Amino acid sequence: MATLLAVLGTWACAAGGSRPVAPAPAPASYTAADVHFVAGMIGHHAQAIEMAGWAPTHDASPSVRALCERIVVAQRDEIAFAQRWLREHHEFVPPADPRGHVMPGMDHPTLMPGMLTPEQMAQLDAARGREFDRLFLTFMIQHHQGAITMVEQLLATPGAAQEGPIFRFAADVNADQSTEIERMTRMLTALGSGPTSP
Amino acid sequence: MSVLLAIGIQSAAACATTKFDMSTTAPNPDPRVGLRAGWFDAGQAAWNIRLVSTTPPSEQFINRSAPGDFQFINSDLAFVGPYVIQGNFSGLQVWDVSNPKHPRLHRAFVCPGSQSDVSVYRNLLFVSGEALNGRTDCGTQGVPDTVSHERLRGIRIFDITDIANPRHITDVQTCRGSHTHTVVTSPSDTANVYIYVSGSAPVRSPNELAGCSTAAPEVDPNSSLFRIEVIQVPLAHPEQARIVSSPRIFQDLAAPATHGEAPEDIAAAAKAVADARAAGGFVATINGRDRVMPPQFIGPRLDSIVKARGGSGAPTAADSAALRAALQNIVDRFIAAQRAGRPDLHRGPTQCHDITVYPAIGLAGGACAGYGFLLDIRDVAHPQRIAAVADSNFSFWHSATFDNDGTKILFTDEWGGGLQPRCRVTDKREWGADAIFTRSDSTLTFQSYYKLPAPQTPNENCVAHNGTLIPVPGRDIMAQGWYQGGVSVFDWTDAAHPREIAFFDRGPMDSTKLLGAGSWSAYWYNGYIISSEIARGLDIFELQPSGFLSQNEIDAAKLIHFDYFNAQDQPKLVWPASFVVGRAYLDQLERSHGLASQQIAALRDGLARAERLSGQARRDALNQLASQLPAEGSGAAPSGGVDGRAGGDAAADVKIRALASVLRDLAAAP
Repeated sequence: MATLLAVLGTWACAAGGSRPVAPAPAPASYTAADVHFVAGMIGHHAQAIEMAGWAPTHDASPSVRALCERIVVAQRDEIAFAQRWLREHHEFVPPADPRGHVMPGMDHPTLMPGMLTPEQMAQLDAARGREFDRLFLTFMIQHHQGAITMVEQLLATPGAAQEGPIFRFAADVNADQSTEIERMTRMLTALGSGPTSP
Repeated sequence: MSVLLAIGIQSAAACATTKFDMSTTAPNPDPRVGLRAGWFDAGQAAWNIRLVSTTPPSEQFINRSAPGDFQFINSDLAFVGPYVIQGNFSGLQVWDVSNPKHPRLHRAFVCPGSQSDVSVYRNLLFVSGEALNGRTDCGTQGVPDTVSHERLRGIRIFDITDIANPRHITDVQTCRGSHTHTVVTSPSDTANVYIYVSGSAPVRSPNELAGCSTAAPEVDPNSSLFRIEVIQVPLAHPEQARIVSSPRIFQDLAAPATHGEAPEDIAAAAKAVADARAAGGFVATINGRDRVMPPQFIGPRLDSIVKARGGSGAPTAADSAALRAALQNIVDRFIAAQRAGRPDLHRGPTQCHDITVYPAIGLAGGACAGYGFLLDIRDVAHPQRIAAVADSNFSFWHSATFDNDGTKILFTDEWGGGLQPRCRVTDKREWGADAIFTRSDSTLTFQSYYKLPAPQTPNENCVAHNGTLIPVPGRDIMAQGWYQGGVSVFDWTDAAHPREIAFFDRGPMDSTKLLGAGSWSAYWYNGYIISSEIARGLDIFELQPSGFLSQNEIDAAKLIHFDYFNAQDQPKLVWPASFVVGRAYLDQLERSHGLASQQIAALRDGLARAERLSGQARRDALNQLASQLPAEGSGAAPSGGVDGRAGGDAAADVKIRALASVLRDLAAAP
């Protein structure tokens, strides 16, 4: 099942050099699942950035704004990593489209796990103040859960995540986003016992 | 403005001068900004530190045609005798650093499986494996199958009696693999050594390792999440190493006090509470913080009070008073009921990233995802959480370091996992930094953040990472690796005002893109700071005397000798009775104006005279000197010292006491 697409481009160069090649570990390989994971994370993260970017204009509380600011920085850096990895492996680099994952030859972006539907995005965009906080935290928990689902799907695919950067990227997404889910769950609970919900 | 002589740009040889920078001002502009990019030819900047040697990775651990090749990332360090064991995503390298100017490769041991976090105990070497490609036979072909008994995720154990030929003893497989681990010694159990395993990667299949489960603990009490693993290694039979407990140290974690939940938040909330109180509003305490209860919460409850007294219409002032009196109880019950239906709120984080144990004081600092923990480890196999802190500026609690007294603890935030550039001018100073807490019993109190002061480029991965104390008596000084931010040496004696006193940095690997590199860890070991450079190999540094650190203080630090050293198993530092320790304290008293300069001069003379004597004459001289020390509270410390800290008589008294103790110990020496 595992389709071996190519070896690391850099390793192909190593074999052609004049210097004797040391008995180093075998070249890492990657699969279609790895490409799908990395490419899919671009649209996924792009949506998180759009959501978080609304905090200042949608009257979010300072703590939600701080969270959003960090999400924007973190996910923008990860998009840059993903795009560069695809470029270096001569794979199609999808645009950072907050509507979803753009595949070559397809007209409409597809939603990756946890991504908000256009209706949910509109609902969030329409909210202000405390209601924005509540919806943002609810939707971003859903969004982060989706990223963790993507990691689980990747690791359940034969041959996937053998390459160091992919495993590291997936493990970091898993650790960081589950930590943030825990934080957001507590923020949401604190909000629930506050002014709007009871 | 003094001339900064010790800034060695480009070449360590520039530092071979006997002149040092004795100023107490950091170089300005910061020479770390604008360094030339390069792999082995990057520009360098150093301040109060000297690069003694830099040794590229051995041939089996480098891909010269691919700078920053992820397979060959150098990771953490462990030390035994003259050897440095350097983990690598493809195995480990053993360096003989008997001559720090010329480290020699003693053994390159290929065994892929990141991160290869390493530690040692006597003849045993422990190596962490986490990635999917790690094999039990150390083969390089990876493990493509999703379920395979050839996969190693956990702890590899080797016998290094002959360190040139590590002999594999056994593996202890764990459900989440081992991202890092901590060797724990128990003062009361000398037959065993223990390992705390921290695994932050996803849980493996139960078909690969029986019993592994991703279910919530309410569904499966044996869930592999929300716990750490404790391995017991019988020293007489290390092959019988096994998991003896899986402590759920996260259980029932109440929302801890959150420092700095955005300062504007705190100010706005405090004002709202004050305004509400003034206007006769309803205020209750939730999670330790006063909150104004909203009309939606108050309205229905007032109505039911009206109804309960058989009334109707608008509530009276008496109704409001009745509700106000009962409000806290009502809110507490409401929150308890809300939480009861939310088991996820009781679980806490799913893992720790790293745990630093300090067996001499029976405590550990756990850096566990969204929290910093204080653990009681007196029962080694059953660590208990005794305190937890969180911080809205902290993304991912990564590691912990105690001061030598155990009254302070420093946590790091590895925001972004170490491969992201989080020291850009645009990145906040409180993010991806160290957080320093003071400890009183089981109460941790936030004091300050410390972040690498020099901005780095977007092409340099940079965030707080691994470090250890530098054993300067009387001060808390630490060396820390900041990936491509380089090595920063800072003083956190004053927990509220940490300050950098030395640094080393290189330019980025590449001026056009981010390639993973930099100092993974910078640890003090027997007189030197040894840094594992992810892409450039092994760096060895020596501190240089400066306006912040005297030669006597450096020499006193060099008195501390370890036979072996694991950074996460923090040893108690005890300095031998020595004249140089006394001089180090005198230098500190001089720097802080803790004693008048005439007193300092007289004590230095007296110490030098005593050192030239021997036998009873020396003992008499030392005792006399001790008796001449000023009494408590008489330290001439009217104001802040040169380093700008509050001088304070108390700090001077502590040092004078320490000095007296050194003198008496020297007098009592045979």
